[in-house]
Amino acid sequence: MTSRWTSRALAGLCVAALANWTWADAAGKPWDPAMGTAAVKGKVKLNGAAPKRKPVDMGSDPACAGMHQEPLLTETTIVGDAGQIKNVFVWVKRGLEGWVFKAPAEPVVLEQKGCQYVPRVSGVMVGQSFKIRNSDPLAHNVHGMPKLNSEFNIGQATQGGENVVTFTEPEVCMKVKCDIHGWMVTYVAVVPHPFFAITADDGTFALAGLPPGEYVIEAWHEKLGKSEQVVKVEDKESKDLEFTFEGK
Amino acid sequence: MSDAHAAHAPQSFWSRYVFSQDHKIIGLQYLITAMVMALVAAGLAVLIRIQLAWPGSLGIMMTPETYIAIVTMHGSLMVFFVVSLALVSGFGNFLIPLHVGARDMAYPFLNMLSYWVIVPACLLMLISFFVPGGAAAAGWTSYPPLSALKEAVPGSDWGQTLWLLAMALFIVSFTMGGLNYLTTILNCRAPGMSMMRMPLSTWTFLISAVLGLLTFPALTAAAVMLLFDRHLGTSFFLPSGMVIGGKVLPHEGGTPLLFQHLFWFLGHPEVYVLVLPAMGIAFDVNSAMSRRAPFGYKVTVVSLLVAAVLSMIVWGHHMFTTGMNPYVGEYFSIMTVLITVPFAVIGVNLIASLFKGRIKFTTASLFGLGLISAIGLGGFGGLYLGTAASDLYFHETYFVVGHFHMMIGVVTFFGTFAGLYFWFPKMFGRLMNERLGRVHFWLTIVGTFATFLLMHFQGMGHLVRRTFESAYDFQKPVTGMHYAITFFSVMAVAGQFVFLYNFFRSIWRGEKAARNPWNAAGLEWTTESPAPHGNWRGPVPQVQRWAYEYGRNGHAEDFQLQAEPDRVGATEPAAH
Amino acid sequence: MKRTTRGSADAHYLTMFFAVLTVVTVAGFAMDFRPAVVTPHGRSIDGLINYLMVVTGLLFVLGHAVLMHFVWKYQGEGPADYTPEKPRTQWLTALIPVIVMAGIAEVGVLLLALPVWGELYGPTPKDALVVEVTGKQFEWIVRYSGADGKFGKTDPKLVDDAENPLGLDENDPAAQDDVVKRGVLTIPEGKPVAVNLRSLDVLHSFAVPAFRIKQDVLTGFTARAQFVPEVAGRYEIACAELCGLGHYKMRGFVEVRKADEFVKWLADQPGMFE
Repeated sequence: MTSRWTSRALAGLCVAALANWTWADAAGKPWDPAMGTAAVKGKVKLNGAAPKRKPVDMGSDPACAGMHQEPLLTETTIVGDAGQIKNVFVWVKRGLEGWVFKAPAEPVVLEQKGCQYVPRVSGVMVGQSFKIRNSDPLAHNVHGMPKLNSEFNIGQATQGGENVVTFTEPEVCMKVKCDIHGWMVTYVAVVPHPFFAITADDGTFALAGLPPGEYVIEAWHEKLGKSEQVVKVEDKESKDLEFTFEGK
Repeated sequence: MSDAHAAHAPQSFWSRYVFSQDHKIIGLQYLITAMVMALVAAGLAVLIRIQLAWPGSLGIMMTPETYIAIVTMHGSLMVFFVVSLALVSGFGNFLIPLHVGARDMAYPFLNMLSYWVIVPACLLMLISFFVPGGAAAAGWTSYPPLSALKEAVPGSDWGQTLWLLAMALFIVSFTMGGLNYLTTILNCRAPGMSMMRMPLSTWTFLISAVLGLLTFPALTAAAVMLLFDRHLGTSFFLPSGMVIGGKVLPHEGGTPLLFQHLFWFLGHPEVYVLVLPAMGIAFDVNSAMSRRAPFGYKVTVVSLLVAAVLSMIVWGHHMFTTGMNPYVGEYFSIMTVLITVPFAVIGVNLIASLFKGRIKFTTASLFGLGLISAIGLGGFGGLYLGTAASDLYFHETYFVVGHFHMMIGVVTFFGTFAGLYFWFPKMFGRLMNERLGRVHFWLTIVGTFATFLLMHFQGMGHLVRRTFESAYDFQKPVTGMHYAITFFSVMAVAGQFVFLYNFFRSIWRGEKAARNPWNAAGLEWTTESPAPHGNWRGPVPQVQRWAYEYGRNGHAEDFQLQAEPDRVGATEPAAH
Repeated sequence: MKRTTRGSADAHYLTMFFAVLTVVTVAGFAMDFRPAVVTPHGRSIDGLINYLMVVTGLLFVLGHAVLMHFVWKYQGEGPADYTPEKPRTQWLTALIPVIVMAGIAEVGVLLLALPVWGELYGPTPKDALVVEVTGKQFEWIVRYSGADGKFGKTDPKLVDDAENPLGLDENDPAAQDDVVKRGVLTIPEGKPVAVNLRSLDVLHSFAVPAFRIKQDVLTGFTARAQFVPEVAGRYEIACAELCGLGHYKMRGFVEVRKADEFVKWLADQPGMFE
């Protein structure tokens, strides 16, 4: 039986020691929201043909199929009529190294509903609680496969079951899947600051409250890849960016 | 000679009771350690039963990954740290020198070390519950790749490593003990104690020691290779092409089947290491309690040896479904069912050893008689599993769980209890309370037999083992039995608390016993109760006969001790 | 010597216990909780199990009858009335269980079980439908070869649990029409089926209790299970080898359809890359 307290305490001790050792000289100024007067907004588009969304085969668990009137469609690449791409993770990759950001107390919630992860892409800050909830009346398994953070593999056998994990390293993005329902996939991005957004159906994003400066903004998509752009914003300025991915 | 021995007797508390080299103290140390580990392992069993009867009732404490860790540790602790510790190490140590007429084991210092190596092994197993990922969760059989890759199940993180290290220490301890048993029995017998005059229990300890010495190395090798695969990137058991945790693993060239062969090469003889001493003890106890010699002593010795030899060449019956060469599978099936032959002989002999006897019912003899029934119930189930084609149906179902629990859970425990009630006077000079003993006996026999018989029925319905809850419709006819099984298993566990209270209370407050309260004929009863350091105050007795000289044959007493001058009309078979 | 003492409570209760045990054991096995069997070799296995139940049942009852008789008859304290048996008697008595057990056991193995073993592991019938089932934590992935009758190449590096769970190579022409299904093996009634079994990760075991089929799956090795499903219907696949925390939920289905329905169904399924 896992003593969550003990293993967390052990992990915490190790992290604290490591942090002390590695980040001692990376001291930045504590973030002051009053400094955030600029913004970067924009949209993400696909150039070319969007791959067809196929119905998800839920044969492994009839209880899952039973929760949907019509079969779910795959969510790997969701592109609107005008080429706008959904579920793109846009974040400030470089430019905020001088600041130290505190993680909010509120958790980010990942839900398992209808044998699907909601949302498809989540953003969470380093040290922020990431709460995973099973809202289905059946068992799920949350198996996180990060490259830089600790792996986690949790069984949630009953409806309402919740587990909280926290991440110690920035990582864009880690894959989290359900081993019981192999079609269930979600991506979690761990960032050291709150300047990130996930595009909705309209493919737009907005990073507001940025301090003036030069930034590298990255757009990440689970299938189409990554794209970076450099942007410079002055005090009280808002700039627009457009990211374009190539389709087949 | 006895004075010289007395002059070397240990004086301090530490050398008398902690780092003792006296086989009797060491035997008791093993027994009490086994009791502690049994409390843990039984607690785990109760958790399993609660989850099965009322799935989800334990909330967040019982996740699917925790469940299989509990199942794994329940099995691992019970097989190695309870049954082996109590029966083979506990009783073997206590009885062998007394039974063969030696003052102590051949290597007393090594004997002391064997116990103190077991203590860290126990601690490692217990600590493994609290490391990241929790305790090992790949089953007590610990098959790779599940046990080799931490991405496969949380218990395969630290927990599995601690398990492997604990097992390595266990094997070291068992090897030390086995060497002692073998040497003492072969070389340290008293004058007149030929091999065929030894009690049957001594034969079984000898066989268990030899079996263990011959077969544990296979598990050692498997454990080392598994540790290497886990930590050094080797591929003994890991083939190419595995995709786990989203990664393609770089291993190449290994096969999980190799581990299974190595594991079961030990694993099958191991269960005979456990079961044979229980049967040996039953012969000793039952003969004293029914006032007659065992029927077919020589036949039984031969059957024990045949069973032991056969046990080493049948391990593949645990692997019928693996896809081994079918001819190999057929060979294993033909040989496995032959093991029923010596066991049937032993069973018949146990029953025939009551013929025209005069059975005194004590807690010891009740357990000794219940053991005979347990051999029948468990043993016959072996045919269903040893026949390869029927095993295809029963493999990995509760039929297997019911079968092995009857054999290495009931037969072994009954042998242990019979021995404890019977030899308690020899250990402590007192008797255990018989009324509490009856309560213990009835709670245990009803609880265990009901539990494991019902599991056989669940197996007929193909209830799959190691499952957190029932997710299959085909099992529905038999899942209702979970309630009854949980009830009876809790009854059985409750009975053990009665026993523990009785045992410890009787050490200090039990009725004082005479030197030979059962009027038994074995050599151990020629010395005081409790037996002193050096076993006999005077010189070691000259053995005149076998250990089972019962029957009046015209004399006043209906038994004669092994080391008394001969009386006319001895019943010992064929002069030596 | 005539018995003068009456039975003690212990002898009474112990004998009663053995009697109840014997009755419950025989009754419980007679209740036969096995799911209905729908394959010919499965019927042979069931026949073998019935044979074992009858013979072990008889021996169990006989053994307990003797045990109960002895416990009851020979109870009581005092010296025993027996004369030690001659060695010859002991060896001859042993012959009885030797001959009976060896006979019963080997009749079962050699006469009843061996033919089943031969059928399961013998040559695959030429007209068998060959299907592939891959076990992975914690699903069964089924693959048909499609119209070209060839199974396309797979590569572990191409495995994507959601989109391409078998890692089919899109560039392989034979893989284009491979039909991949999650969790459901659809097969025709009355025709031999050969299932090639693989694993992608840890050990699993493909078990269909209604067919009396069980075969472990290992990575790096393709096992085969073959059978003839005789009755249309929906049956469950269970995983019969501990494979991780989702082991208990690794449930699949076998859909046995009437032969012509099956042909139509298979033709309707889209290929992996079509």
